Amino acid sequence: MSVNEAAGTRPRNEAVPGAEPIIVVDNVSKNFGPLQVLHGVSLEIQRGTMVAIVGRSGSGKSTLLRCINALEEINGGSIKVCGHPVSMSDRASVKRLRSEVGMVFQSYNLFPHLTVLRNITLALTAVQKKSRADADAIAHKVLGLVGLGDKAEAFPEQLSGGQAQRVAIARSLALSPKVLLFDEVTSALDPELTGEVLKVMEDLARDGMTMVLVTHEMAFARRVADIVVFMHQGKVWEAGPPAEIFADPKTPELRQFLSSGL
Amino acid sequence: MITFSSTHLIYLIEAARWTLLLSVIAFIGGGIVGLILALGRVSEIKALRFLSGAYIQIIQGTPLLVVLFLAYFGLSILGLDIPPIVAAGLSLTLYTSAFLGEIWRGCILSVPKTQWEASNCIGLSRAQQYRYVVLPQAMRIAIPPTVGFMVQIIKNTSITSIIGFVELARAGQIVNNSTFQPFITFVFVAIIYFAMCYPLSLASRHFERKLNVGK
Repeated sequence: MSVNEAAGTRPRNEAVPGAEPIIVVDNVSKNFGPLQVLHGVSLEIQRGTMVAIVGRSGSGKSTLLRCINALEEINGGSIKVCGHPVSMSDRASVKRLRSEVGMVFQSYNLFPHLTVLRNITLALTAVQKKSRADADAIAHKVLGLVGLGDKAEAFPEQLSGGQAQRVAIARSLALSPKVLLFDEVTSALDPELTGEVLKVMEDLARDGMTMVLVTHEMAFARRVADIVVFMHQGKVWEAGPPAEIFADPKTPELRQFLSSGL
Repeated sequence: MITFSSTHLIYLIEAARWTLLLSVIAFIGGGIVGLILALGRVSEIKALRFLSGAYIQIIQGTPLLVVLFLAYFGLSILGLDIPPIVAAGLSLTLYTSAFLGEIWRGCILSVPKTQWEASNCIGLSRAQQYRYVVLPQAMRIAIPPTVGFMVQIIKNTSITSIIGFVELARAGQIVNNSTFQPFITFVFVAIIYFAMCYPLSLASRHFERKLNVGK
C-alpha cells in the first residue's frame, strides 16, 4: 500500500505540459431570458484529470456542465471538446460529442420501462449498431465495474438510489466515453448511499478517466479531485489544486463559502 | 300482436355487427391518423404543429353529426357518389383521430423532460428517442384515457343510423316499432352495448396491471 492510499488520497494525475486540453471553455456566457447565468467563463480541462466544480446553488455550475454537453445553447464564447467545437444547432457536432462525452444526472434518469441490462445496451445496439450479444457482454462488464453484476434483470424501480446511480454510471461507461460529466450525482441520495457512488467515481478517476463533476461533496473533492473550481455569480472565481483551494483561499467569497460548513 | 322473441334478439345481434365493424374502423383509422397528429403536435417543426393543431381544433369543434352529413350528403352534391360505409368510416376516423391525437399528445408530454435528455446524451436520434424511450412510457399513461374514449366511440356509432345504417340502436327502434315493447327491447339493446364495452374495460385493467401504470 502506498503512502497516498494509506492517507486516503490518490496520486494526483499530472497534466502533460503542452498537451491539448480535452475540454476548452472560452469566455462562455449564457442567459435564460433576462437572467444572465454565466458571465464569460473560461476553463481548460486536461485529459485524465478529475475536475470538481463547487459553489453555491445558482452559481452557474450545473449550467456550465450542461453547456459543455450541448444541453443548453450558449450565447457567447466557445466550447471545444476533444478539439471539436460544440454547437447545439449543428447535428454532426452534437452526434460526435455524444460519442465522446457521457453524462450522469442527479435524478439518475434511468429508463423505467427497461431492465438494467437494456438500459445499458440500448445505445450500444441502437446507436453503435453492436450485436445484442456483444452489447450484453459489455453491459455485464460495466455492471461488474460498478459492483452490480447481479442486477442485470432488475427494473430501475427495484433498485436503491445508490444502485440506480451506479447503473446510470455504468450506462455512460458502456459507451466508452473520453469524458464523463457528473451533475450533482449524490445530491438525491441518503448519506449512507453516497459512499458507494463516490467509490465508483474514485475507481474511475484512478483508472485515468477524465471527469468533470459538479458537487457538494467537499471532502470528496478535496481528497480525489485534481483541480477544484469555485464558481460564484456565474464566473470562475478561483481554480487550482485542492490543497491550495481549501488551505489558502484567495478571495473572501471562497473563504466564506468554505466556512459555511457545506 | 307481435311480441318480443328470439327472432328479434337475433336481429339486434346481427345489427350489432355493424356497430362493431364501424367501431373497429374508427379505432384503426383514428388510431393511425391520431398517432400522426399527436407526433405532429409535439414536432419540432412549427408548420406541423400548426397544421395538426388546426385539424384537431376544427374537428373537435364540429359535431360528429355534421361531419357525417358533410361526408355523406355534402360530398355527393359535389358529384362524389360515396357509399354510406365509406362516409361513416371517414367521419368516424376524422372524429376519433382528433380526440386520440390530443389525448396522446398529452401522454407524450407527460413523459419527463429528463427522459429526453438522458436518451439524447447517450446518442439516440429523435426517432430512436420516440421509439425506445418516449412512446413506450407514453403508452402506459395512454391506456386508461384511450380505452375510455373507445367506449365512447362504440356508443357514438349509433349516429350513423341517420345515413341509413341499421346498427344496434336503430335496430332497437325498428323492433320497438313492431312490438311496442320498448322496455324489454331497449334492455336487450343496452345489454348488447354493455357486452361490447365491458371487455374493453377489462382489457384495459389487464394491460394497466401488466404495464404497471403510474410507476
